[in-house]
Amino acid sequence: MIAELGHYALVLALLIALVQTTVPLYGAARNDFSLMGVAQPAATAQFIAIAIAFGALTHAYVTSDFSVINVAENSHSLKPLLYKISGVWGNHEGSMILWVLILALFGFAVAQFGIHLPPTLKARVLSVQASIGVAFLGFILLTSNPFLRLDPAPIDGRDLNPLLQDPGLAFHPPMLYLGYVGFSMAFSFAVAALIEGRVDPAWARWVRPWTLAAWIALTAGITLGSWWAYYELGWGGWWYWDPVENASFMPWLSGTALLHSAVVVEKRDALKSWTILLAILTFALSLMGTFLVRSGVLTSVHAFAVDPERGLYILAILVLFVGGALIMFALRAPSMKLGGLFQPISREGGLVMNNLLLSVATATVFIGTLYPLFLDATTGQKVSVGPPFFNATFVPVMIPLVLLMAVGPMLAWKRGDLSAAMSRLWFAVALSFGISIFVFWLHSNEPLTPVIGFALAGWLAGGTLKEFADRIGLFRDRLSKSLSKARRLPRSAYGMTLAHLGLSIFICGAVADSAWRTEVVINAKERDKTSIAGFEAQLESVNRLEGPNYHLERATVVIRKNGEYVTRVFPERRFYPVQQMPTTEAAIYTTLLADVYVSLGEGSKDQGWTLRLWYNPLIPWIWTGCLIMVLGGLISLSDRRLRIGAPFKRAHKKVQENGLLENA
Amino acid sequence: MVENRLFMLILAIIVSIPLNASAVEPSEILQNPQLELRARNLSQNIRCLVCQNQSIDDSNASLARDLRKIVREQLVSGASDSEIYEFLIARYGDFILLRPPVKATTYILWYGPLFIFFAGLSLSVLFLIRRKRVLPEEPLSPKEQEELSSLISGKEEG
Repeated sequence: MIAELGHYALVLALLIALVQTTVPLYGAARNDFSLMGVAQPAATAQFIAIAIAFGALTHAYVTSDFSVINVAENSHSLKPLLYKISGVWGNHEGSMILWVLILALFGFAVAQFGIHLPPTLKARVLSVQASIGVAFLGFILLTSNPFLRLDPAPIDGRDLNPLLQDPGLAFHPPMLYLGYVGFSMAFSFAVAALIEGRVDPAWARWVRPWTLAAWIALTAGITLGSWWAYYELGWGGWWYWDPVENASFMPWLSGTALLHSAVVVEKRDALKSWTILLAILTFALSLMGTFLVRSGVLTSVHAFAVDPERGLYILAILVLFVGGALIMFALRAPSMKLGGLFQPISREGGLVMNNLLLSVATATVFIGTLYPLFLDATTGQKVSVGPPFFNATFVPVMIPLVLLMAVGPMLAWKRGDLSAAMSRLWFAVALSFGISIFVFWLHSNEPLTPVIGFALAGWLAGGTLKEFADRIGLFRDRLSKSLSKARRLPRSAYGMTLAHLGLSIFICGAVADSAWRTEVVINAKERDKTSIAGFEAQLESVNRLEGPNYHLERATVVIRKNGEYVTRVFPERRFYPVQQMPTTEAAIYTTLLADVYVSLGEGSKDQGWTLRLWYNPLIPWIWTGCLIMVLGGLISLSDRRLRIGAPFKRAHKKVQENGLLENA
Repeated sequence: MVENRLFMLILAIIVSIPLNASAVEPSEILQNPQLELRARNLSQNIRCLVCQNQSIDDSNASLARDLRKIVREQLVSGASDSEIYEFLIARYGDFILLRPPVKATTYILWYGPLFIFFAGLSLSVLFLIRRKRVLPEEPLSPKEQEELSSLISGKEEG
């Protein structure tokens, strides 16, 4: 009964979305306020209807209602509650419901918080957002309905893939989708602006918080996924350049470019057409990611050909929305008024380079991910594109970007002074040089690659810190004056400083781990010892135990340093009988400077067990850096000027007042 | 049911399947640490042909194990890295390399981003030049000049 209710709610949501697509759009064209007013309650109702459908499916999972096919195929009565709930989005149909739920959530949020949006823009944004909803609700109802019944119902379900039964992966998809799908908002704003034929700084101010929110969620989602891969897959890696990872990384790269170009639109009224185009492309990449993951085309072009229904449907959505938006762009963009002028050497110029390099980086990942599929489909030739390819092509694009990141923020808007900026960068040079010397001294008999990586990280950190210090007049003014300046600095300035520092920390972690990771593989019986990077590890015992829905072997490994006890860690090997699948649960001893990573392999008491140990220097900095980026985004999002619905006029007046006060 | 099997495949890619990854077994490891290091580096560039996007260093498929053995046997018998790559390409084709060779079919792969960079750079430069022509900086009108000077003098008084 409740499953049918969910099905009904989904159909209802589709009908509401249809109304929300058409009526407000027509109203905006006729300037009819009562028709435009339909958008807001419709967005709310659509969100509630999808939330009911999502709730109904969750109910079926929590109560283990195996008469629902989707539950029977992806759940099991013995599974812990957390994984019953996360099982809702651990499968194709359920994850699509989560997709439309988040899509409707963003529409709902704009309806609720976009009080100060001009009525026609708001009506058009919500209408475009709802049209995406129509497409995907139709997709779910026609090809991927999770509420179909099974008769007779099986006694128990087939369980969720054990790899997905993990807290990290329980929260990874919702986060990722908040980001992925969140870029739909930037898309809707872009298309609405094209319909209106008007892009101005106010538009950028409205679109930025949504883009930023999506970016924050996507950053957090990718970080969570990478962290999960690190500790769950049992081999100490954190990024594999896998097509599925690339599918989420491409919108991140172009979304980052979008965040920066929207600043130029807001501050200088320039780069307007490009920002619109970028908003369209970013969401196009999100849609493409959905297509890649959901169509089966990644397994092989032939798997796609065997069962093309879903893939073709998403491909049609992709072509329709992106093609439509691009045609509209081609028609409207030339008539857009050109905005503020700027010299090549200026903050705007720096941000143009930022956008160019981030676009090239996106293209690198795009070509690397899709070209093998293209080649296979057209000529039947197979080519492999793996991590060695991406390391050779992606990293060279990032190096100039990082170099530029220290310089750009020091340039003035409109017309910058490069030599003045360079002379302010002495601190970046000093820090970069100091760190390189230190790294070289630590590892003098090894290749120079990590030295270059650390020099870059130091350069970025130095430039970012110096820019912040100059802004508050640190060491130039009295400390009390600097502090009061720091207090008055807009939060978006803190956001930028933190995000750029976060990237610097991330670079240190990534470079150190790829250059100096060490690995030991041994066959160990109980009491056997080995050593890695100055630590001694001893396998104390291995015990067989029972988990809630799995059997496990748990090893106890003592870690010592210089003969002194440091800690005990407990790596596990689990076996899930329902899915007949083993998993490894690595044990990690972390200091802030490195991880000792222990993973238990196959074995027995007589033969001994395969024990793998890694020493991963600075690897915690990878996630720390990403979290600092997320924190920077959150602080920036809380900025008064971006706070959702903060009236522009009052903020503007306040700035003027401040300006007057400073003059007085 | 075909659909369901397909879905499991997709799910398997979602989690990118290195199940019991890092596959090198203690028994495979060479005595000579320098050769072993070369073996590991080589293995990371060689694709496990039956896996999804995994190198033979990461995969515990039996084919990957065989390939690891072949690589190590060749190393022990004194083959150079490029000789080993050539041997594998002759047997399995370019598909075995995770870093595809630069040739006619992969020009787009290797030079596409470079092309996009230069295209984007020239477009940006053209855009800047064109804009200057479209919008020459107009001198201030007498009225604006008057407003400006009154603002400046006002500020000095303040």
